[in-house]
Amino acid sequence: MSVPLDHLRNSRGQAASACAARALLSAARTLSRRALLKAAVCAGLALNLTDAVRADDVDVRAMRPEVGDVLVFANEATPRKMIRVPDLPVGGAPVFAWPMDPRTGIVRDGTRLNRLLVLRLDPAKLSAVTRAHAADGVVAYSAVCTHEGCPVTEWLSQQRVLQCPCHGSQYDPADVANVVKGPTLYRLANLPLRKVDGALVVAGKFIGRLGAQGA
Amino acid sequence: MSRNALRRLAALAALACVGFFASSAAADSIENYRTVSDQRLQSPEPENWLMIRRTYNGWGYSPLSQINRDNVKNLVPVWLFSTGVTEGHESPPIVNNGVMFISTPQAQVIALDAKSGKELWRYRKQLPEDLFQLHPTNRGVALYGDRVYVTTTDAHLIALEAKTGKVAWDRTVSDYKSGYYMTCAPLIVKGKVIVGTSGGEYGVRGFVAAFDAANGEPLWKTFTIPGTGEPGNETWPGDSWKHGGAPAWMTGNYDPQLNLVYWGTGNPGPWPPNVRKGDNLYATSVLAIDPETGKIKAYHQYQWNDAWDWDEVRAPLIIDIDKGGQVVKELVHSGRDGYLWQFERRSDKISYLSAQPFVYQNVFTNLDPETGRPQYDSRRIFSSTSSASFCPSLWGGDDWALEAYSPKTGYLYIPVNENLCSKLEGKLGPYEAGQLFIGADISKNLAYVREGADHIGELQAWDLKNNRKVWTHVFPKSQNFGGILATGGNVIFMGGTNDRMFRAFDAETGDVLWEQPTNSGVVAPPAAYEVDGVEYIAVQSGWGVDPQRVQDIFNKDYPQYRGVVPQGGVVWAFALRK
Ligand code: FES
Repeated sequence: MSVPLDHLRNSRGQAASACAARALLSAARTLSRRALLKAAVCAGLALNLTDAVRADDVDVRAMRPEVGDVLVFANEATPRKMIRVPDLPVGGAPVFAWPMDPRTGIVRDGTRLNRLLVLRLDPAKLSAVTRAHAADGVVAYSAVCTHEGCPVTEWLSQQRVLQCPCHGSQYDPADVANVVKGPTLYRLANLPLRKVDGALVVAGKFIGRLGAQGA
Repeated sequence: MSRNALRRLAALAALACVGFFASSAAADSIENYRTVSDQRLQSPEPENWLMIRRTYNGWGYSPLSQINRDNVKNLVPVWLFSTGVTEGHESPPIVNNGVMFISTPQAQVIALDAKSGKELWRYRKQLPEDLFQLHPTNRGVALYGDRVYVTTTDAHLIALEAKTGKVAWDRTVSDYKSGYYMTCAPLIVKGKVIVGTSGGEYGVRGFVAAFDAANGEPLWKTFTIPGTGEPGNETWPGDSWKHGGAPAWMTGNYDPQLNLVYWGTGNPGPWPPNVRKGDNLYATSVLAIDPETGKIKAYHQYQWNDAWDWDEVRAPLIIDIDKGGQVVKELVHSGRDGYLWQFERRSDKISYLSAQPFVYQNVFTNLDPETGRPQYDSRRIFSSTSSASFCPSLWGGDDWALEAYSPKTGYLYIPVNENLCSKLEGKLGPYEAGQLFIGADISKNLAYVREGADHIGELQAWDLKNNRKVWTHVFPKSQNFGGILATGGNVIFMGGTNDRMFRAFDAETGDVLWEQPTNSGVVAPPAAYEVDGVEYIAVQSGWGVDPQRVQDIFNKDYPQYRGVVPQGGVVWAFALRK
């Protein structure tokens, strides 16, 4: 296992501080997720770890998110920056994310079934089940429409629903992404989250069916 | 678990997949299978339908005439066969001496007894669970030697043993995770299996490629967008060529005399033209390709810097037309842009002859009389930050549905959508591998019906000798996405409408002679063949993909064209009542 420390940058693209680097190195040696996470979080780091571990980790990259994974932004225009709760304004449009194993820095982007929609809602407006799987109002769902598998990309901010651009299926993110409008019959799979030192951490396996179910 | 252990596990799993999922539920080996030679592909026997359009010239014409315009009213179904899958069934039955091969969505190939519909073998490939495309379909198999060739939506090219359905070889043509996929029937030219890629809405760089029919070895790969230093690359600003689309998702036609393959290309991407200012060669074009080397010998670009998603992927038909006593070697194409194009074909040139609209078209203001290069009405061009309306819609005057030509009538038959227009609104995100890269807001209706319209679907017949339309059959309540079969019995067969009908038309007059409601909607092209002296017409009924998307718009906003078309594929075979 290797954590390429020279790939660590903070959110302004500068090299990580020596203290954070040391903490990360020690965490990496002991394979302690929590320690690694803590080190990364304390330095406000953007973890740009993917290049060095890329091609020959295809299998691991395609594995489903594991408990303890962190979330990183999926947008290729930005480095694989870890998502923290304050990055997401309450009621703002969802962002796309990938799970990342903080021990290895491997981003689980080997399958589009791991692509996530992450958004922050007013915790008071969440259903009880959703709240139980949310971190400070932040919820994560599979970004793959259960109808025919299009990426769910639209956010109707007035109605506060997620919409698939392909055939218009709508989902309510405040209530386990239940279907507001078809053609799909199935909700989006929910990925439980918790907050660890401001970072979003996967708290359980996907709940619900993943990928296109047809309708 | 160590990484190595994981890899070993994955390798074992992959082997298991080959064993259990890429399976052929084989009955016995087909006896007396007739080998398909180059010679047979060049001049197929009248009773056979050996390739997607039956002949290399792309006509979609069978000389059989047992079923003709006088007796077609006596046509009855003689067998049906359920494919077991849903979505758009877009492939024709391919028939070789009594054995029929069909392909379906979900990477399935089925061999049937063409006389009885009995299943002989079935091949199914396990597709990756994270696979996603806008067109989950397949458009047909190709035959050569004792093998059947098929492309798959995870961008593989597979050779099956025709007698058993066993995999002879399986070649990854491209990486589906980058948005590449394939749906076209391969074209076989002298031992080379030629295929083109889909993926224009995912920012791929399109290509046509050839593989050795014997072992699947790659022979050449020609990108439809020239790379740095190649002529034509200057028609793309900056790095835009790298993700410029120009896919090649339908089968080419082949002229054995000139030894040229004509292959159509799709839209440049992303859709807003302002982000790729320039002609964008060779998007929305026809390429003349040397099948030996893959070299582009000539081209014609229908519309430069396309802003309308008008893929011109159907290859032009190769027709020699007697014009006033002089035989002109032509290429004829009913464009998605709504124009009927005619060119002269030569070994080093595709020369523009004429073009005229066959639907209402409000984008071209005029065409250069020498080259056919259009000028545009700037109000019809949207950008990444603005919107524009235009006609015909992005599905075009004729989308991918295959036109046909009858040498008996000298008419070209075109499946048409009239009065359907589009409004596109720019919405451009960054390119990300494997994600949609369209640049337009696709959550909005992508088509609307023109004001005052009284119909959408049409079947048109054009007299190519005299360059005039001779008849139009109108479908007042439906779009038309039906591929066409023309026969020596002077009958035109086509489905394509939302009332589930499969119809026969008089090739001379356009009168409906016969119709049959089917299980679903027919979007596949039909085929004609003969076994033991009996002529059959066969077609797959299985609605989905593009006509379904248009139907969704109708069902939402246009009561006149509303319709429920159930999904699920069935092969139908018809013959005359005894
Ligand atoms: S794929 Fe999302 S609504 Fe159809």
